[in-house]
Amino acid sequence: MAKVVKHVAVLFAGVMLGGSTAAFAGGPSDDKLVIDDEIEIITRTAAPEGHPLDEVISGWHYRTEETRALEADSFQNPGMLYVERGEEIWNTVDGAAGKSCASCHGDDGEFLKGLGANYPKWDEANNRPINIELQINACREANMEAKPYKFDAADQKALTTYIKHQSLGMPVEVDLTQGEMKSWWDKGEELYYTRTGQLNLSCATCHEDYNGNYIRADHLSQGNVNGFPTYRLKQSSMVSLHNRFRGCIRDTRAEFPAAFSDDLMALEVYVTWRGSGLSVETPAVRQ
Amino acid sequence: MTKGATLKRLPVAIAGLAIMAASAVTAETVAPDSVPIEDMELKVSLTGTPGDATVGRETFADRKKGNCLACHANEDLKDQLFHGEVGPELNGVADRWTEEQLRAIVVNSKAVFGDQSIMPGFYTMKVGVNVAEKHQGKTILSAQDVEDVVAYLMTLKEN
Repeated sequence: MAKVVKHVAVLFAGVMLGGSTAAFAGGPSDDKLVIDDEIEIITRTAAPEGHPLDEVISGWHYRTEETRALEADSFQNPGMLYVERGEEIWNTVDGAAGKSCASCHGDDGEFLKGLGANYPKWDEANNRPINIELQINACREANMEAKPYKFDAADQKALTTYIKHQSLGMPVEVDLTQGEMKSWWDKGEELYYTRTGQLNLSCATCHEDYNGNYIRADHLSQGNVNGFPTYRLKQSSMVSLHNRFRGCIRDTRAEFPAAFSDDLMALEVYVTWRGSGLSVETPAVRQ
Repeated sequence: MTKGATLKRLPVAIAGLAIMAASAVTAETVAPDSVPIEDMELKVSLTGTPGDATVGRETFADRKKGNCLACHANEDLKDQLFHGEVGPELNGVADRWTEEQLRAIVVNSKAVFGDQSIMPGFYTMKVGVNVAEKHQGKTILSAQDVEDVVAYLMTLKEN
């Protein structure tokens, strides 16, 4: 079966080369992501129950061959510099309590293994979901007696990237049975299908109905978030999930919600669930 | 209040005039959504001023105006890179649709294709929630922009 599919793809490619000037890739690439010839990444998997699509596909498949290659080689992946910086921060004392992250959680990576694959989680103390950025801030304030990071501060992005990277290759799984996670999922689903802005587009309009098609030069993906924070070539920088949410909403010509607001936390819960079973790719490389 | 009511009646009057003597109509601009799209058609010119296809071609390509290439491929503009593929190709679009139908589609495609259409309405106030402040109360294109784009689309013939 797989072989037949490959042959068809080759045929199509031939037709396209001989045919029109348009260079449409037509859907996700037929390729496998193995980082450093060692870590196999799940980039396609059966969708969880209740998911509107049959198959969940990583954004990696929708990028160009060059961009895909950057992510497959950690020496070339520009996001790895942020992982290194994040490790430095992890081990650096900050705040009045004289502690670093490593003071409590160790420096061998054991504590962090798999942790980033299961966020967002339910935060009992604040009665809402918590993501890695907010968990870092909570820890800084309560345990390190340090100031919380401002949204998208360079150190926030680097430390979040480092923490997520410790789960590289592990499947994303959000536990919706914790606390009131399910009602936040419901709210996130509602937002996912709500059309915003003068252009009147919802997340679903592009990422559910038209993934695999080009909008101008942009190959629309399913909008999965398993690679965040993600290195974006367009911005030559790490981009946080809430930054990306806001950018997408802004592009519909709408006002966008504040980072870590209830709306964006609900959206993070829901969209993370939509990518259930995909490997953590942080730091993914995208266009 | 009275002004709003008057404006609502005006388009009906304009519609009447347009049918009697389309070329002579120089009356006011038709307000967004004031003339309903019926049977996939919008028969009334939005301005009474015939569209300029040359200007329409620019509006079509302008990323801050029509940005039509974001979703539609169009051979006539093949010098511009990266035509999208979310919407149908527009080569020969004038062979497939009438001017009245194209006007309706550009003005508010959802009134033609249904609410699930991805295509934004370019001259309607029926838009998404939380519209950014600088776009509030405004349409994507002006009435004359629409007429110009429709005039341009009418030049895209293959037969």
